[in-house]
Amino acid sequence: MEQVLMRAGLWFGALVLAVVACALAVDQGFAIHMAIFGIAAAIALWVTISGKSVDNAVRGVLRMPDPGRYDDDVIRWGVIATVFWGIAGFAAGLWIALELTWPQLNLGLEWINFGRLRPLHTSAVIFAFGGNALIATSFYVVQRTCRARLAFPGLARFVFWGYQLFIVIAATGYLLGITQGKEYAEPEWYTDLWLTIVWVAYLAVFVGTIVKRSEPHIYVANWFYLSFILTVAMLHIVNNLNIPVSLFGSRSYPIFAGVQGALVEWWYGHNAVGFFLTAGFLGMMYYFVPKQAERPVYSYRLSIIHFWALIFLYIWAGPHHLHYTALPDWAQTLGMVFSVMLWMPSWGGMINGLMTLNGAWDKIRTDPIMRMLVMSLAFYGMSTFEGPMMSVKSVNSLSHYTDWTIGHVHSGALGWNGMVTFGALYYLVPRLWNRERLYSLRMVNWHFWCATLGIVFYAASMWVAGITQGLMWREYGPDGYLVNSFAETVAALHPMYALRAFGGLLYLSGAVIMVINITKTILGQYRNEAPMHDAAFDPEKDRPIVAQPA
Amino acid sequence: MADKRIDEPTGVETVGHEWDGIEELNTPLPRWWLWTFYATIVFAVGYVVVYPAIPGRHAATAGTAGWTSRGALAKDLKAADAARAQTRAAIAATPVEKLADNPQLLRAAIEGGAAAFKQNCVQCHGSGAAGSKGYPNLNDDDWLWGGDIATIHQTLEHGIRYPGDEQTRSSQMPAFGRDGILTPAQVQDVVSHVRVISGQEKASASSTRGAQVFADNCSVCHGANGEGNRTVGAPRLNDKIWLYGGDRATLTETVTYARQGVMPAWGQRLDPVTVKMLAAYVHSRGGGEALPAAPAAAAPAPVPATR
Repeated sequence: MEQVLMRAGLWFGALVLAVVACALAVDQGFAIHMAIFGIAAAIALWVTISGKSVDNAVRGVLRMPDPGRYDDDVIRWGVIATVFWGIAGFAAGLWIALELTWPQLNLGLEWINFGRLRPLHTSAVIFAFGGNALIATSFYVVQRTCRARLAFPGLARFVFWGYQLFIVIAATGYLLGITQGKEYAEPEWYTDLWLTIVWVAYLAVFVGTIVKRSEPHIYVANWFYLSFILTVAMLHIVNNLNIPVSLFGSRSYPIFAGVQGALVEWWYGHNAVGFFLTAGFLGMMYYFVPKQAERPVYSYRLSIIHFWALIFLYIWAGPHHLHYTALPDWAQTLGMVFSVMLWMPSWGGMINGLMTLNGAWDKIRTDPIMRMLVMSLAFYGMSTFEGPMMSVKSVNSLSHYTDWTIGHVHSGALGWNGMVTFGALYYLVPRLWNRERLYSLRMVNWHFWCATLGIVFYAASMWVAGITQGLMWREYGPDGYLVNSFAETVAALHPMYALRAFGGLLYLSGAVIMVINITKTILGQYRNEAPMHDAAFDPEKDRPIVAQPA
Repeated sequence: MADKRIDEPTGVETVGHEWDGIEELNTPLPRWWLWTFYATIVFAVGYVVVYPAIPGRHAATAGTAGWTSRGALAKDLKAADAARAQTRAAIAATPVEKLADNPQLLRAAIEGGAAAFKQNCVQCHGSGAAGSKGYPNLNDDDWLWGGDIATIHQTLEHGIRYPGDEQTRSSQMPAFGRDGILTPAQVQDVVSHVRVISGQEKASASSTRGAQVFADNCSVCHGANGEGNRTVGAPRLNDKIWLYGGDRATLTETVTYARQGVMPAWGQRLDPVTVKMLAAYVHSRGGGEALPAAPAAAAPAPVPATR
């Protein structure tokens, strides 16, 4: 009772604070955001006082099985949230790709112009889709590999709902034009503070679970998850050291100015890639690949060496985003050489994942989920080679500011992060909902091919676009004058932009197939279909095309 | 503690740990991986020695190659300047109206002007110099202030209605409607007349009334027949070329509120050689006119540019 009172008091305090801030707000966006915070606090207060169990309520709606050995409810919510935000993020991406191709689609509306939808897209796919996938899988993996239930069940639920609130505040902020203007760190100061609270709670749940484990050793996946949670906390706090203009307004200014600010931003930005999109997802990979392949991890020694090398080297690589800028030459040099040294530590994860299939390579032919995970590792390897290459200054002088960078990011995000998440979701859903199998394995295969073709269209068109752009910018005529105006280089890219949007459409289509498949699986339906099997082989037809001379 | 066992398909021993059914093999590091890793470290150390790298208290190490990004840029710029120096000196020494006497120099000037145009002019005049509403098309032979190379150069050098340049081209059409010089009905009548002389409408009672309004108010600058006047930059109205638009609504707005387009004085922003090159480029676009034969010559007839 005392605990309920304390929690109710806390939520009541938050509600009062939100109402006061809403009333005193100096700009409309801040007022709207405080209203959203207020509504969230009111709901939390009502749930606390009424003593209703959210778990039970949601369990009915989502057709969840009864609680089992592990605390899986919050993971089931996370799976649904991942799928939901994934579709939202991919659709936003397709829309802005179309806006770039046909700018009329901005429709003259400020809320949906490219400048506001672009951070909506990046945050939706990285933080909403990727973040929910990471939180859900980390809770799943840490319980099983530690043989322990989640440490603080209430806090774990707070992490889930608090994170969704962060996403809603961030996304509505972009549409309203509230932004810090820092790439991947667009949310303003109060949103950042809220995320900090949620993230510390996440760290507490994760570390708490590891502490109460009943296994002597900590599995490698958990090292990666823990490094991701810790480092993201550090990056987030340092890069968002801002001073608000008013405590009741949405605008704030960073304490780092000029080139220092740029360096801190890219220290954050590059390590968001390194620790959010690489280390976190490697944690996912280290559990789901060996489980799906049913094989031991290839090399324990490699996992130790590449983990520490990756952690140590990644954090210094950020300056390569600022080649040929006001950043001093020495910092550019270090950014480049640390990126080059990062190549093999990154590939260590790919090798450990791919070679885990030793003794089970046939599964690539027969198991579309395995194929998805393997394709994801292949794209991981490709983009972690491309990255160090693009960080080399002479390559960067051509590639920087062009669409090549966009292509590079997407071969990593769509190929590596997307595919490994899809693989994990297909693994999780039947197990979390106690289903015999997925609704349809053949639909997984369709998803695989749509997504793969989509990435090929995306990456190939952006390579061509980026290199075209880079070469046109630096093209000098025989008399020593630049040949192209900027508008001419934009016009030259139009067909490539259309192809990119087509790639995005394919990728989104694959994800829609996944939504149907996962929904039907949760509903307990099974598609009656012929099983996936090896390609047919007819020895009669296996002869040379050209008749052999007698 | 270990539950070490030999994994059958690979023949490698496991480490002996197990988590939720996942085991780990004790495979050694792949040699090619390790050696490539070492190679990147060696490369990094070498690069750090050669290039500026280690920050110190006051300055960073300079590197054995003596390379700096500012130095490299300065070197490139110097080389580019040197390559163009002779041509630029020749252009500087030649008055703009004499450029055509040296076809090779004229070609070089046009080439340089094209590059400068793409950087400074396309934002308003378009990358093909075809103009847009309010910004003249530079490819046709309809000129507001004159189309021979010296006049174009003058316009570029001092701009149009540009504050801060005393020699800027200046003229101001009155806001006939807004300032009550003409009644709204008279504005409509004069618009009708302009649309008749530009061949867009048939004569009507309104245009007949408008002809008188035109003669009283407009002909002093635009000429009795709307043929325009280059000394005050008054556009020709009896053709089909429009700067803002020849439809009734746009003309009504123009007569009511007047227009005053501005172009910067490029002589204040660019060096004299570049301004000359721009003049040569604009003159070469198709509508360039010959220089007037003598100072007292009448309005020059359009003549195709010498290329």
